[in-house]
Amino acid sequence: MGIPYSYSFRNLWTRRLTTVLTASGMALVVFVFAATLMLAEGLQKTLVDTGSYDNVVVIRKSANSEVQSGVERAQTSIIESQPEVAMGDDGRLLLAKELVVLINLPKRESNKPSNVVIRGISAASLMLRPQVRLTEGRMPRPGSAEVITGRNIARRFQGGGMGETVRFGMRDWTVVGIFDAGNTGFSSEIWGDVDQLMQAFRRPVYSSVIFKMRDSSEFEQFKNRTEGNPRLTVEAKREKIYYQEQSEMMAKFLRILGITLTIIFSLGAVIGAMITMYAAVAQRVTEIGTLRALGFQKGSILSAFVLESLFLGLLGGTAGLFFASFLQLITISTMNWQTFAELAFSFSLTIDIAWKSLAFSLVMGFAGGFLPALRAARMNIVDALRAV
Amino acid sequence: MFILKLLIRNAFRHKLRSVLTVVGVAIAILAFGLLRTLVEVWYSGAEHSSASRLVTRNAISLIFPLPIAYKDRIRQVPGVKSISYGNWFGGIYIDEKNFFANYAVEPQTYLDLYPEIVLSPDQTAAFIRDRKACIVGRKLAEKYGWKIGDAITLRGTIFPGQWEFILRGIYKGAQKSTEERVLLFHWDYLNETLKKTVPRRADQAGFYMIGITNPDLAAEVAVAVDKTFKNSLAETMTETERAFHLGFIAMTEAIVIAIQIVSYVVIVIIMVVAANTMAMTARERIAEYATFKTLGFGAWHIGSIVFGESIVIAMTGGILGVLLTFPGAHWVETELSQYFPSFSVSPVTVYFELFAACLIGIVAAVFPTWRGVTISIAEGLRRIG
Repeated sequence: MGIPYSYSFRNLWTRRLTTVLTASGMALVVFVFAATLMLAEGLQKTLVDTGSYDNVVVIRKSANSEVQSGVERAQTSIIESQPEVAMGDDGRLLLAKELVVLINLPKRESNKPSNVVIRGISAASLMLRPQVRLTEGRMPRPGSAEVITGRNIARRFQGGGMGETVRFGMRDWTVVGIFDAGNTGFSSEIWGDVDQLMQAFRRPVYSSVIFKMRDSSEFEQFKNRTEGNPRLTVEAKREKIYYQEQSEMMAKFLRILGITLTIIFSLGAVIGAMITMYAAVAQRVTEIGTLRALGFQKGSILSAFVLESLFLGLLGGTAGLFFASFLQLITISTMNWQTFAELAFSFSLTIDIAWKSLAFSLVMGFAGGFLPALRAARMNIVDALRAV
Repeated sequence: MFILKLLIRNAFRHKLRSVLTVVGVAIAILAFGLLRTLVEVWYSGAEHSSASRLVTRNAISLIFPLPIAYKDRIRQVPGVKSISYGNWFGGIYIDEKNFFANYAVEPQTYLDLYPEIVLSPDQTAAFIRDRKACIVGRKLAEKYGWKIGDAITLRGTIFPGQWEFILRGIYKGAQKSTEERVLLFHWDYLNETLKKTVPRRADQAGFYMIGITNPDLAAEVAVAVDKTFKNSLAETMTETERAFHLGFIAMTEAIVIAIQIVSYVVIVIIMVVAANTMAMTARERIAEYATFKTLGFGAWHIGSIVFGESIVIAMTGGILGVLLTFPGAHWVETELSQYFPSFSVSPVTVYFELFAACLIGIVAAVFPTWRGVTISIAEGLRRIG
């Protein structure tokens, strides 16, 4: 027969202070564990959602990003004439020649400048990115000094709000609209007419060509042909892969940091749990002896103590996860090292992360409680009863 | 001496528990030390850069160059002593994993402006004489096993093509903090090649470095330089080298702050663990404390024994943690060289670690010490177990 579950519960309640201390140690670890996973997830989500699988980005060979790239006008025309490019309902090609540069803009709160991506767009740019929606105002008129700003820029940067002006390239650019691109990198960009921007920045070349494929399976064929074409010095990537690569270094950094921290922290918490459980066993030697004398088996004692430790872990895990869930309200805005551009992303809690965190807390509880429980189970009845 | 012996004996009476706590503290201190070093590395570029040199770049952003003609106009600004210029080259050596900074610079003026780059006279001469020459820092040369005369090929990401350089010199840093993982080559080599391949990008410098006659004039000179080019096609932004570096760091501030918070969280976690240990110890020894009191020992005497025990445990863990920090940092340096060019533990970090360990001991001891001090004899003797 097993020992009732309430025994394990009530043991924790009896030694409240120790229970709270141990559980809060574990809660902090689970908090950090969940937070790092949520951060990496948020970053990844932001950049993965930015790209679309059916779109192709063409940039200059061995340029790592659109900012470093330059594609001559003549080359863009060759790409434009490829048969793989899809056509829109109005009979025009779903292809945009864009300019991507960085400008230095001061932030609203701190007045510290940061690099912001400014993208010169063509007529098809908006159609290529269905996730981008204009929430306020209107699109910039071609041929005018007007821009629209992403949600994160409008909120965080000086001059980014509706009706305000941003100055660069010897001109003042009026913000005539604000767009929301959800949790994607586009929300941290400024868009304007490509020809006006090329003129303002004195850049006679485009940065990239983006187009939708008429048939997604033709990508390899397109890639091989354009990259083998001696008139072109470009490389083609699926948009989704392109943005994934942009976040690779940062995501890897966050992941390594997160895993290292979690391992180190959990060692500390497991040790804490172990100390608590060893003490719990040592204090109850007589009690354990009595239980054994009453006829409870070694296995029952073992499971009762392991259960107690698991409860402890679960308690910590739940508390940690509860506090971590509030992190979703925070948006982190930082520079992506690979692109040198500002990128805003938030913590993102998924069911998967919640399960992982709880499972992790149970593992910690088990790791901390197993050895002490084993010691309790192995006690000799006579010796245990004799101990004072 | 006797009291210390007693403290240590006491601390390790419950061997398993004490060892576990010591290990826990050591791990926490190790983590704290590594995180602090990480933050320090983040700021190191700025800390060691000069406040008496100015950097001029395009006001729009770093990716836009400035005409090379600005060189002579900047030189005419009062207060400017010397000027050099260069480009961030962004070349990749074999694979993107092998990241290191590489610049195209005007060699003579650059070396004059940066006395912390120590290069022997014959190597300096060899570097300046050969247009395809490059020099690298000592650590970089060690990492890739380069020797003088070797050919090094970089793949350009900003300036397309394969670029071949001949290694003519290996420099040392004048101070320990000088970055020794940089490759420098002739700006002329870059420019002459661009003239042939992409003429519209030739004759442009990414940034100008300005040496000034008097460090106090930095602000005025910066304003004067920017004023010279106001309302031109390429407006400039001039700031001290330190401000320039700090601007970069400010952009990634969110991450630095997160790391700092986490480094304190780890200390709090272990404080909780250590406090737990000490609370248990005190609970078990209540009867002993009462006995001591019966024998005539004062309340504070007993308090200090409990307190001392906590400090002994925390400091043992702390010292162990500090000792582990050095191999830990070395591991990070080798495994993550892609992110951190150097990852060395500073003396300040070691002091901080010891201070944190001490703090853990103090905080953990507060409750048990108070118990030891205030316990009345009758109450203490009455309790069993």
